[in-house]
Amino acid sequence: MKKATAFVLAFVLACSMVLAAPALADGQKRTLTVFNWFDYIDEDVIRMFEKETGIKVTYTNFTTNEEMFVKLEKSAGAYDVIFPSDYIIERMIKEDMLEELDMSKIPNAANLIEWCDSPDYDPENRYSVAYMWGTVGILYDPDQVDGEIDSWGVLFDEQYKYGVFMLDSIRDSFGVCLRYLGYSLNDHSEEALDAVRDLLIKQKNDGIVAGYLVDETKDKMVAGEAAMAVMWSGDAMYAIEENENLKYVIPKEGSNIWIDGMCVLKNSQHKDEAMEFINFLCRPDIAAMNQEYISYCSPIRQVVEGYDEEQLAQPALNPSEETMANCEFFHDITEFMDLYDSRWMEIRA
Amino acid sequence: MKRSWFAYPYSLWMVIFTIAPMIFVVYFALTDTSGALSLANMAAVGQETYLKILWRSLYLALICTVICLLLGYPAAYFLASRDFNRNQTLFVLILLPMWMNFLLRTYAMMSLMENSGIINTLLKAMGLEPVRMIGTEGAVLVGMVYNFLPFMVLPIHTSLKKMDQRVIEAAEDLGANPAQVFRRVTLPLSLPGVISGITMVFMPAVTTFAISRLLGSGNFMMFGDLIDKQFLELNNWHFGSSLSLVMMALIIVSISLLNKADPKGEGSAM
Amino acid sequence: MRKTLRGIYLGLILFFLYSPIAVMIVLSFNASRSRAKWGGFTFDWYVRLTQRSDILEALWVTLSVAVIATAIATVIGTGAAIGIQAMKRRSASMLLKVSYLPMTMPDIVTGVSLMLMFVFVNVPLGYWTMVLAHITFDTPYVLFAVLPKLRQTDSNLYEAALDLGCTPMKAVRKVILPEIMPGVITGALLSFTMSLDDFIISYFTSYTDKNLSMVIYSAARKGIEPSIYALSTLMFVTVLVLLIIVNKRGALEDVS
Repeated sequence: MKKATAFVLAFVLACSMVLAAPALADGQKRTLTVFNWFDYIDEDVIRMFEKETGIKVTYTNFTTNEEMFVKLEKSAGAYDVIFPSDYIIERMIKEDMLEELDMSKIPNAANLIEWCDSPDYDPENRYSVAYMWGTVGILYDPDQVDGEIDSWGVLFDEQYKYGVFMLDSIRDSFGVCLRYLGYSLNDHSEEALDAVRDLLIKQKNDGIVAGYLVDETKDKMVAGEAAMAVMWSGDAMYAIEENENLKYVIPKEGSNIWIDGMCVLKNSQHKDEAMEFINFLCRPDIAAMNQEYISYCSPIRQVVEGYDEEQLAQPALNPSEETMANCEFFHDITEFMDLYDSRWMEIRA
Repeated sequence: MKRSWFAYPYSLWMVIFTIAPMIFVVYFALTDTSGALSLANMAAVGQETYLKILWRSLYLALICTVICLLLGYPAAYFLASRDFNRNQTLFVLILLPMWMNFLLRTYAMMSLMENSGIINTLLKAMGLEPVRMIGTEGAVLVGMVYNFLPFMVLPIHTSLKKMDQRVIEAAEDLGANPAQVFRRVTLPLSLPGVISGITMVFMPAVTTFAISRLLGSGNFMMFGDLIDKQFLELNNWHFGSSLSLVMMALIIVSISLLNKADPKGEGSAM
Repeated sequence: MRKTLRGIYLGLILFFLYSPIAVMIVLSFNASRSRAKWGGFTFDWYVRLTQRSDILEALWVTLSVAVIATAIATVIGTGAAIGIQAMKRRSASMLLKVSYLPMTMPDIVTGVSLMLMFVFVNVPLGYWTMVLAHITFDTPYVLFAVLPKLRQTDSNLYEAALDLGCTPMKAVRKVILPEIMPGVITGALLSFTMSLDDFIISYFTSYTDKNLSMVIYSAARKGIEPSIYALSTLMFVTVLVLLIIVNKRGALEDVS
């Protein structure tokens, strides 16, 4: 009995040593922790990167910018490369959280299309390199909807009971309503925010909302679970590729246009590896792989030049200049976010 | 070396990893972002929005517990009765879902209840109107019952099996009919198990967030969702701690109440 | 007659409990992604499962964390039981009350409180913080599994061993441990199970490394994917086999 005991204990300890070894040995190999949106990369790309460089990648995800920010602020040193949206990059530059990029390590950044190069929120690309860009619009199922859609107002139309998916993302949901009501996306006056809150609460009480989701809406729209959804353009494009019936539109009141960038954190322990990864993603063949897989708009020149006729016809992938001019970027309004947050809680409760 | 010293590593561990964290919750709950003492966050919990969410969680958890009790008690009773108590397979089968990953069980429910899922497809095939399930409070409730039912059945079953059959026989000998035997002998003796079951269902039900998120499509914020959002989205760690503190207080109150009903802890399913 | 009626009731309960699982098992072999139409039999989703590096990594994380945490929890918990038995009433009772905390506090409170502490002390939230958290909630289960067995043994044997010249460690090893071994094993099994299944505590105490439950949660938020059905079928079969084995050895009563 005693021998058995000793044996079992030794076996268990040995097992744990063996299983823990890879985790402990991490210190010797080159590693990289990437923090990115869900469904925002072709996984083969990660594997290719690992093979070509020998760097072991830990790939972890977030669903909204706000979630990303909390986690990286609170877990210092855990992340190396992050993919924040424009307004968050703005904030992080202000708060000195980003490492200045050594562009000599990222030569492929020369492939960026003009308007994504040296953007307003990060002149001269000192802290970020654009990864993907896109818009926010409505994806709808023409079979479940009367006629063509051209206004955000359709989201509040009572005939679509449980027919509308809203985004579980504060700034996007508020932004859409702000534009509909004629305000700027970055408005933070109590008057504007109260109007938005009342609009959204009414929408919920009227039973129009099918759910407040982020990544789930793609598959649900493909399956026809609702009449329409507020979506990011790439997700909409993906849905259209799966179900050709669906249509994407950027309403006439205007919308949000955004750029997601790649940044290196100041407290990262693997800055060189991070920049290698950023450089890798700017390679035309890699960028093309990603664009094909996630269907967002790539900022890499060679990829854009490679779009075929069908793709160019899609507003989700190739919005007209007119539309783009009618869209606004989000800006950093952190000081006023609690005005947004408290109203968002009221709406969601 | 004294024998009691064997417990020291454990005591140390508990102080560092159980007591200290709770003190941190209290600390964060009672301070604001600048580090100064402040009751503002605690007061904020009393706002209408949050009370609404708390009430909804308590209400749904209560209904879930009642349903689990109504469905689970008979199941435990029949399982422990002479008709089935030798049937080991049956016992294993009832236990098994409990041992399956809780998220996979919720996932299973999602597949069933979708608009394009099996249930609605069957309804359409029978010529009936499809029913919208995912995204409703009902779906969240069904999901909760589905997940927690085995946790109600198990302790009641344990309690019933531990019962001394001779007491039942004695009652019958003394002229009690089956209904009376149940009401005055079986039920009271199984109470510890019932209490244990209620504990194991009500508390997780109040604090769940995965089920409401996955089956409710984000339409119904529950207390767990609220805490999750405060910490991992809105970056309000102080307010989140206040909410957690309130939750801790609620739990402690519930436990004390339940302890009064079962002071010897006989119902403990261990 | 009564037995039939009771049987029907139990059958209905079982139907309720198993139909979702059965549906998943069937759909895991469905060539079509549809949740309602059958598109032909296929093993594709099982193959796809092996290609999902996120799931495979999560599986590794789940198993390794469970093993490490259980190993440490078993040692600490058994020591705790042995020590508590020899402690004065007051201290023992207090230690036991504290031990109830991780078990009665809802997971979200345990998770959040540990997260707060780790962040305050500036520790990055990943694999090792997950392990620490798991040890914390596993150990009480070991303690409460070993204590009853310990109470059944004769405490005088330990004293006798000491009198005969044993060192305390040796006395424990040769006298106490063999007596309480069934309780220790039960505790270890329980601890392992708790760690395997944990979601909320891991969700809050590790941001970068995900265990299986966390990956399934993320996957569920993206939408239904048949490779998850394959995963659940495999897990179902594993649990079924394990439970049958444990049941045959009569340990099921102990564990419940």
